[in-house]
Amino acid sequence: MNQSKKLGVQYLTASIVMMGALLLFGLLASIFYLKYGFLLGKLDFNIVKQVHINALIIACLWGFMGAIYWFLPDELGIETVGIGLARLLFWVFVAAVAVVVLVFIFVQYGSSDESGMWLVNQGRKYVEAPRWAAIGIVAVFFTLAYNIFASVAKARKVTGIMGVLMTTMVPLIAVYLIAFPAPTNMSVDLYWWWWLVHMWVEATWELIIGCILALALMKLLGTSRKVVEIWLYLEVALVLGTGILGLGHHYFWIGTPQYWLSIGGIFSALEPLPLLGMVVHAIYDAGKHQMKTHNKPAFLWLIAEAFGNFIGAGIWGFMMTLPQINLYSHGTQWTVSHGHFAFYGAYITGIIAVAYMVAQESRGIREVRGNAWKWAFAGLNIGMVGMVGALLVSGMSEAFIGRALGGSTLDGFMASQSNSWFMQGMIARTGFGVIIVASYFILAWDLATLGRRREKPSPALATS
Amino acid sequence: MTESSAAVFEPGAGDPRFWRDGAIATTVFMLLVLLLLTVDSLRVLTEGGGGNVPAYTVINQKITYEFDAASNMDKPVIGEEELLFGHRYSEAEAKAIMDKGKLVIQSRSCINCHAFFGNGAYYAPDLTKAWLDPTWEKMWMPMTQAKTKEEAMVQFLMHPDRYPTWARQMPNLNLSEEEARAVTAYLKWISSVQTNGFPAGFGRREVAR
Ligand code: HEM
Ligand code: HEM
Ligand SMILES: [Fe+2]
Repeated sequence: MNQSKKLGVQYLTASIVMMGALLLFGLLASIFYLKYGFLLGKLDFNIVKQVHINALIIACLWGFMGAIYWFLPDELGIETVGIGLARLLFWVFVAAVAVVVLVFIFVQYGSSDESGMWLVNQGRKYVEAPRWAAIGIVAVFFTLAYNIFASVAKARKVTGIMGVLMTTMVPLIAVYLIAFPAPTNMSVDLYWWWWLVHMWVEATWELIIGCILALALMKLLGTSRKVVEIWLYLEVALVLGTGILGLGHHYFWIGTPQYWLSIGGIFSALEPLPLLGMVVHAIYDAGKHQMKTHNKPAFLWLIAEAFGNFIGAGIWGFMMTLPQINLYSHGTQWTVSHGHFAFYGAYITGIIAVAYMVAQESRGIREVRGNAWKWAFAGLNIGMVGMVGALLVSGMSEAFIGRALGGSTLDGFMASQSNSWFMQGMIARTGFGVIIVASYFILAWDLATLGRRREKPSPALATS
Repeated sequence: MTESSAAVFEPGAGDPRFWRDGAIATTVFMLLVLLLLTVDSLRVLTEGGGGNVPAYTVINQKITYEFDAASNMDKPVIGEEELLFGHRYSEAEAKAIMDKGKLVIQSRSCINCHAFFGNGAYYAPDLTKAWLDPTWEKMWMPMTQAKTKEEAMVQFLMHPDRYPTWARQMPNLNLSEEEARAVTAYLKWISSVQTNGFPAGFGRREVAR
């Protein structure tokens, strides 16, 4: 295996491990909703949740990087340029993330001046990492971009997929720079912060995962490059054509001009189109190749990605993206329902698919076998759908009771939180969370031992 | 099916370059529109720029939140002078206390329980209009035995653990008095931002339990 592929395996492994932290901290965070005074003053909700969502961002980034380093040599036919630096930075990155998590958990709060921002916690959602660590992330991104650009230059081969991937490096780095300044004016702060959050997850990352899945499809099903590339360009046009101004669905209520209500509403309502396109593409390809594959789990996780992305991001997002609805659904567990479904459906599933492909190829497995992956696949998907369903129930009662009836005051909020329908959703969420965590351990075990364990005797013997 | 959409399904027909150029053109166009809108939006968002966001010295004035039938939305209304902590803040003083307030909010990771303008977390109430919340007068002032709303807020922010009143409890985040005052000022200012009617009906509704 060449160096780039080795690094790919390392990043994907790290990503899967980070998913464990993501899920455990999510489960822990959910208990705060059930138990009054849980861990109060020791490890407060905000810290637990902060670790949860930061683990999510890191798990996604590591998953993307793993997939990119893994596929790059195949696509270009050469060893990745500058891979030595990239392999060194992997360990720096892992160490830095570990330090940040330990600081979050044990130091928790910094002082309310610039030093707190540099050393402990920037306190801006998803990008809480202190500035020293954020600088490290920028360095890693630049190295990734350099690896890709220099390798393409050396191979003298700009495939369509590589062209798109190279382009995504620009917004990936550019909008991340918003993680550094902290404007006093919250309206201005949030205006730019949404450039980072929305432009990452609804534009840049959609295209990165699009490139990764395009490469995966060609390998897994032997889809022709031309078809894949036409789809990719169509996706770019539709994702950016709707998503750039779709940014406006976050500019309804932060002090921005009223025209954003129309612009954001209309363009974001169109955002599901490219995601629907990907479902069509996946079904068409699967049918055309009669689902013949030597890696069933990877294939099924790819299908899960297509549907998860469309339903979780597309449908669940559409549900509350019109300002008339968003006025009440905004900032409730309804939002959380969509956030979970979208991130899981669009990114986590895709990364798991690639992880199965990599496990197969790196260990020279001809045909992926066993039953563990089936349990993990079923458990994770059922758990996730159950969880976002539960959150939707809670979210809707919160929107109706806390916002519409209660007018969003402290009293209205508390009334919504102690409402029994809200609470039923919260209990169910934790229940499904347990299923998710258990299934994750099966998944991790399966990925770790694939091709390394002795296969069970045939099912006929096992049932006798 | 047109020829170009058929190409999507049928390899051999169609030219990827057509789709690539289309993608580039769309993206460039949308980015240009976004840049234009951003220039205008930032004008409206700048504090004291005459748009939706009042200057920080608005903390010297009375703020209320009222339904405006003409625009069919709730809007903040800036009234006569109403000093904060009995002090009239100069422009520079107001700026300084806001800078501090924002840093306190970031350093204590407030938005990982609460939200501003609905953005953050949903474990604790949205703080956009917290300054205008009726419970300060109704409940917190008697409970903290403070004479003014802002003093009640400072008391609460410094010792939330002394008032286990609700289904949920805020932890003590070790705010100094200076920090608690800065946050209070920040909350007063932010309640004056015109937010296109969010949150709707704030303070005008009662929910039965
Ligand atoms: C792959 C799985 C998961 C992903 C991608 C994920 C992602 C996220 C995201 C994006 C948020 C922020 C949402 C928002 O504020 O709108 C969040 C918050 C949260 N997540 Fe997860 N999560 C996952 C699993 C879990 C699990 C299994 C649980 C619990 C059983 C959980 C519990 C929570 C809680 C309690 C919050 C805080 C929401 C609030 O502010 O009330 N998560 N998660
Ligand atoms: C992969 C794609 C997507 C991901 C990962 C994603 C994730 C998220 C997350 C995590 C949030 C909560 C943000 C926060 O306050 O912290 C959010 C909010 C939102 N998303 Fe998405 N989303 C995606 C696509 C979409 C699409 C396609 C639509 C519309 C059709 C959409 C509509 C919305 C809306 C309206 C909100 C604001 C919710 C509120 O008002 O509280 N999202 N999204
Ligand atoms: Fe968005």
